[in-house]
Amino acid sequence: MSVPETGSFGDFVARAHRAGTLVVQPRMGVSGPAAMRTGLVATRKATATAVGTITLDSYTRMGDNVNARAALAAGIELNGYPIVAHDPAVTRAVLDGVAGPEFPVQIRHGSPCPEPIVAALIQAGLHATEGGPVSYCLPYSRMPLEDSIPNWARSCDLLADVRATGAEPHVESFGGCMMGQLCPPGLLVALSVLECLFFRQHGIRSVSLSYAQQTNPDQDTEALLALRRLATQWLPDLDWHIVVYTYMGVYPRTPAGATGLLEEAARLAVRAGAARLIVKTVAEGYRIPTFAENVAALETAALAADSCLTIVGDPGDTGIHAEASALIEAVLDLGPDLGAALATAFRRGYLDVPYCLHPDNAGRARSYVDSAGRLQWSSIGSLPIRGVVGPTSSARPTAAGLLAALSYVERRFDNASLEQEYQADSVGSAPDDRDPDPGDRSPAASRPA
Amino acid sequence: MNHAEGLEVSADGLSVVLTSVSSDSHTWNLVVLQLVLEELGHQVHNLGACVPDELMISECLRLRPDLIVVSSVNGHGFHDGLRLIRQVRSRAELAGTPMVIGGKLGIAGPGCDRSRAQLTAAGYGAVFEDGTGLTAFQSYVGRLAIGQAS
Repeated sequence: MSVPETGSFGDFVARAHRAGTLVVQPRMGVSGPAAMRTGLVATRKATATAVGTITLDSYTRMGDNVNARAALAAGIELNGYPIVAHDPAVTRAVLDGVAGPEFPVQIRHGSPCPEPIVAALIQAGLHATEGGPVSYCLPYSRMPLEDSIPNWARSCDLLADVRATGAEPHVESFGGCMMGQLCPPGLLVALSVLECLFFRQHGIRSVSLSYAQQTNPDQDTEALLALRRLATQWLPDLDWHIVVYTYMGVYPRTPAGATGLLEEAARLAVRAGAARLIVKTVAEGYRIPTFAENVAALETAALAADSCLTIVGDPGDTGIHAEASALIEAVLDLGPDLGAALATAFRRGYLDVPYCLHPDNAGRARSYVDSAGRLQWSSIGSLPIRGVVGPTSSARPTAAGLLAALSYVERRFDNASLEQEYQADSVGSAPDDRDPDPGDRSPAASRPA
Repeated sequence: MNHAEGLEVSADGLSVVLTSVSSDSHTWNLVVLQLVLEELGHQVHNLGACVPDELMISECLRLRPDLIVVSSVNGHGFHDGLRLIRQVRSRAELAGTPMVIGGKLGIAGPGCDRSRAQLTAAGYGAVFEDGTGLTAFQSYVGRLAIGQAS
């Protein structure tokens, strides 16, 4: 177990979870050190049990530190904090007196070549990050998996060495968030578990498994319970927890719709026993949120979580656990070196992420949103789940169908919000019924013929 | 091929290179735009996420497309897009190729008229910012295909 006084990320979350509190976390990153510190201070002061985030900019993510430095020199605002371009002393000053045992800070980046980033975060005194050889490569880059996998292996090795200083390094798999939306839950769950197994193979002992809220709360609950069962089975010797991401696709544009979706994510996290939630703000549909909007989102989520009892109704078993299990085992059967097994699995299409354009992704699996709002496979390509999923059609999606699927959640929550406003106007009071779905469950996506 | 006088559009439609910018990892915009263009009858070469400038140039030199579509939603599109078109226009073979850009181009929401003007002055035939909707893009492509857009 980790040493609490070092400010271990996993330990902080575990303590909160034992105390029955959901840890909430923003996405937050700005290029200037003073502003970055202000953001961290604001997060820490929020009325919530929060951990801090430094999200890096796109140049740093791609290893393009020349452009990151040039932007800093020219005073151009980046879309995140360039931790490699900044001097380590600058980052230590950003963190000084803010980050600590009661406020761990995680570096979020999205890089398939994270060694310079990991080296920089270690130099700054940090030891928590997120990503993975698959989840930070396929959706976000064109780097071959053959390169991303050894890059991530070396980065984990580097991070694991931090344990010698008494801190317990933590890595979160982003595998449960592939493409943000339209990836069926079974594959998300499998990728989260597989990446955490990869981290373990490279010396990491404290991990988190991610899952991004999708289109249907019952399906999401089932997926999270499957993820918990599989983590218990496959990671018995690690410190692990589950992190839920508030919906990552096209976000509602009405304030009430955006808040409603965030609150649903908080309730989902609590009901399914997750320990941490990544929030989204009311500004998400338009632009990078302000610190104040982030703090408001943290507090909204914490309040929604506090008022939710940890009672899991039976979400039913539609086969998510069996599907994820089949995928995990098919990859593990490819050999003892998980990095090599992951590369082979993508080459053979045993893992195949719908709508992912990366050259190493087979691109034969396809998904859609069914009439009940559940994510389903329309084509499984070579995914080894034929026995679980049953027959599918290979009808090609249309642009209109895909756009409808991509905006399904946005419309569900924005329509509910507008409906409430209309009712409040016409009746003179807000309705008590907070069901965000006004009953319109019309088919939203391209469906197999 | 003289784009100013319109294109000899084959039964296969326009040849379109669809690309993001080097720092942009988003792809849903590219997936959707590919379908939109294909449904209009055009051939799409989708270069995917995080396309380095050199790769984008070499692919355009290889494919000699009728149209280059740059789509970016990470907020660096304005700066990266300006850099990109200067490189494209510096190649004689691509000096006249129609090129458009769209998406979320700045980190502070839809940009000002000045940033749009800078992009068109640099050579973009059109700028489709977030919120414009697809119709404007579709009609631009339609006009190009029948030779009315420059």
